[in-house]
Amino acid sequence: MTGLDEHLPILQILVPLFGAILTAFTRSGVLAWTIAAIASAIAPFISAGLLMRITETGKPISYVMGSWAAPWGIEYRVDLLNAFVLLLISLIGLVSIPYARKSVATEIDSHKQPWFYTMYLLCLSGLLGIVITGDAFNAFVFLEISSLATYTLIGLGRHRRALLSAYQYLIMGTIGATFYIVGVGLLYLVTGTLNFVDLAARIGPAMQEYPRPILAALAFMTVGISLKLALFPLHVWLPNAYAYAPSFATAFLAGTATKAAIYLLIRIYFSVFAVAIPFRQLPVTEIVLVLSLAAMFIASFAAIFEQNAKRMLAYSSVAQIGYITLGIALANKMGLAGSLVHVFNHAIMKTALFFALGAMAYRTGVLSLPSLSGIGRKMPVTTAAFVVAGLGLIGVPGTAGFISKWYLALGAIEHGWTWLVFLIVLSSLLAVIYVGRFVEIAYFREPSADLAGVREPPPTMLLPLLALAFTTVYLGFDTRLTGGIATRIAEFLLGGFTS
Amino acid sequence: MIAAQPETLVQLAILIPLAAAALIPLFHRAPNLRETVTLVSAAALALIVWSLYGPVMAGARPELNGPEMVPGIRVALKVEPLGLVYALVASTLWIVNSIYSIGYMRGHDEPRQTSFYVCFAIAIASALAIAFAGNLVTLFLAYEVLTISTYPLVTHKASDEARRSGRKYLLLLIGTSMVLLLPAIIITAAVAGTADFTTGGILAGKLSPLLMTGLLALYVFGIGKAAVMPVHFWLPAAMVAPTPVSALLHAVAVVKAGVFSILKVVVYIFGIDTLTNSGAVDKLIWIPAATILIASLIAMTKDNLKARLAYSTVSQLSYIVTGALLATSLGVIGSGMHIAMHAVGKITLFFCAGAIYVAAHKTEVSELTGLGRAMPITFAAFTIGTLSIIGLPPFGGTWSKWYLALGAIEADKLAVVAILMISSLLNIAYLLPIPFRAFFGRPPASAGAAAAHGHKHGHGHAHGDGKIHEAPTACLIAISATALGCIALFVYPDFLLDLLKQIPLR
Repeated sequence: MTGLDEHLPILQILVPLFGAILTAFTRSGVLAWTIAAIASAIAPFISAGLLMRITETGKPISYVMGSWAAPWGIEYRVDLLNAFVLLLISLIGLVSIPYARKSVATEIDSHKQPWFYTMYLLCLSGLLGIVITGDAFNAFVFLEISSLATYTLIGLGRHRRALLSAYQYLIMGTIGATFYIVGVGLLYLVTGTLNFVDLAARIGPAMQEYPRPILAALAFMTVGISLKLALFPLHVWLPNAYAYAPSFATAFLAGTATKAAIYLLIRIYFSVFAVAIPFRQLPVTEIVLVLSLAAMFIASFAAIFEQNAKRMLAYSSVAQIGYITLGIALANKMGLAGSLVHVFNHAIMKTALFFALGAMAYRTGVLSLPSLSGIGRKMPVTTAAFVVAGLGLIGVPGTAGFISKWYLALGAIEHGWTWLVFLIVLSSLLAVIYVGRFVEIAYFREPSADLAGVREPPPTMLLPLLALAFTTVYLGFDTRLTGGIATRIAEFLLGGFTS
Repeated sequence: MIAAQPETLVQLAILIPLAAAALIPLFHRAPNLRETVTLVSAAALALIVWSLYGPVMAGARPELNGPEMVPGIRVALKVEPLGLVYALVASTLWIVNSIYSIGYMRGHDEPRQTSFYVCFAIAIASALAIAFAGNLVTLFLAYEVLTISTYPLVTHKASDEARRSGRKYLLLLIGTSMVLLLPAIIITAAVAGTADFTTGGILAGKLSPLLMTGLLALYVFGIGKAAVMPVHFWLPAAMVAPTPVSALLHAVAVVKAGVFSILKVVVYIFGIDTLTNSGAVDKLIWIPAATILIASLIAMTKDNLKARLAYSTVSQLSYIVTGALLATSLGVIGSGMHIAMHAVGKITLFFCAGAIYVAAHKTEVSELTGLGRAMPITFAAFTIGTLSIIGLPPFGGTWSKWYLALGAIEADKLAVVAILMISSLLNIAYLLPIPFRAFFGRPPASAGAAAAHGHKHGHGHAHGDGKIHEAPTACLIAISATALGCIALFVYPDFLLDLLKQIPLR
């Protein structure tokens, strides 16, 4: 096993990528699903193996492509930060895949199903690639792989507006990727390197000579990545994309796509630019803080007034991403840890919520809130799981969301901004309203005639949902995986930096 | 009583109601077995909590520690005298209330009884977790679970009115706790470096007097369950729930969770000396003091019996908050006693209100004229409960008012003593007319018509003879038990007093 062990970083990408090639040649949806399932099942073991090795040795794992030593060749460099996000993404893939079978079978035409799974696997390998690579240009390549696959996944939605949403996202996503690559180009001009570690070492000295290109690069990269992670007001592509994508695609993307982009932003800010440049030379804290707060409040209000259940959750995602970027803006230990904790927690909770909606869509075929009246009586277990994950969004203690909020609030206090604590908790009150609205519709209204005969989804859909709902509660008590690791990551990312 | 480690008992105290919640749905189709589960669990729970009395009096402080939730803070339980008082009250009254519930819910043919009993059991488990919480985070956890588990009970009727009240309930309780209490807890934890309930408090010398006052205000208003004005609106709204819920939860478990939390924060987080020295209490005490009077005045205007009782509860809860903010040893004892005394008295009144509703289908005070002759036991108990709430001997409420007044004198706040006395007069004015009207009022000319009215609604226990009869036996047993409890607590208050004197203040 030692031989294989060494190649874990590349296998992380190769397994789903190879699966994607295989599925492209299959004609049967079941076979394609089986291949996707095998690839998705292997991925988390690789991530967990990487994470365990790093926590044991305390040192990052470096893997060079084709024996070209870094910084000339492409290096995969896995430290605690990558490993944490890799584990998250591959776990979401693992839990999604049993769910996919029935959901995809009903929503995608059978001759398109193999392609659908090909796109899913490409997306998975692209997202894992963004996170694992230690090379700025390679990250761009993976960003594009995952994005192109995502556009297709969204475009395969049954509603015709799915195409429009996918196109909208394609335009926005391409602008984002272009901004990112412009930034990378500028950095390459002044430093002559693309390797993250090498860049980090060279940016400091280069800053003396070429401060403007470097700051411009930072600005370009910030805007580009912010588009991908849907930071307010660059989020406009997200609600439609989530609303019209197939149920499975929405659930998978909600838990992974924005999270990979957030990882990239953290990597650029805290490793490549080594904290000081973004947070001392530019007013990143102030700008991102204002945008995060705007996201937390404005997107939550949008969620409150939304009539389509998936769009409601999509706006909620924009708001929750606001929490994550808020922690990044604080740039201190607790804030950054809170941000990372919420990356994990929000992925779990939001995937659970979209799973629940997907199950409802599977049984009822509808997703507008009024038509889900009385669904709580027809699908009690599914609705209960939705409520548990919804309580997580609110941040009720005993759920994962509470832990995130606690860390972020400590981050605000650490920064000396006690007032921010009140804004953080105030915005969670808005979540009470939109989750509560769903509860009222689901439980207090009589089921309409359309829902006659509706029952719980098949176990392959129900069990992943229940597993995530359980995890939402579990992570509200045992925080070794989230809080513990996130704090360690924040410590090493910040080094001796104090904001 | 039970030969077990105190730690085991603490564990069981939380697990038994939770186990009941898990078991009850299994007997969905066998109501008798289902109710047996509730009754057996209630009895077992009370037995266990009472078994803790001896060890705690002997100085034991059993602890349990769970996983670390947030940096440096674990889920932790620790039994101390004040928490035990609340746990004793909640668990003992759960037995009585369960007996009552069975009579009420069946007598009234309520739907969804299984989920009713499940939520009830979860609520009791969280009440006990609040009682035994070892730090602020655990308290907050249980506090929120209590809110959420009682939401389905408040909205049990699933009518539009229930939905509206449910909104008020959830938004006010979750809102205040999220927006005020949670920041208060986080700030406390950040400033003090701990959130453990500690003798003498954890904030001494850590905050300026102004910040101390601000933080205390966050707690007083953030703990919305204590219903200090202006965050009391949820309580009258919650009266839309079935009466057993109003009785145990909105006269005992939920509201007492609020005042208990304030008391616990005052004693173990701020420390009474720190509070007195900072001057924080001198500014804030007038808010609950004003609540006492204003809520009494509002109660006088309410004709709906449950609404009147709800405002009476708002007023009585502020006795306890006022007592806590006196920040004196006698004030703490008075508050602790009032948790128990008001609980037993007010649950009696709510039981009676529910019995009247089940038996005669009447909800307004003005409809009760002459009803005392048809329902003598109910109204006798109502009279006893009323007198105990007013604070007259020979009923339990006498003692708590006595100690609260002593506490006010100890704190040199004679105005508070005056407010307590005025409030007692107001209590007489809005509570005593109810049984008076029932016993001595001239029955309406058409008693038969009233009975027919009950018939028409299909709820009344009006039998063929056209008369209103007493409530179901199960209800009467419960009513008599708590009414006798009011008297017993006057004769034997010592066990409570001794326990409260064990509270380490410094």
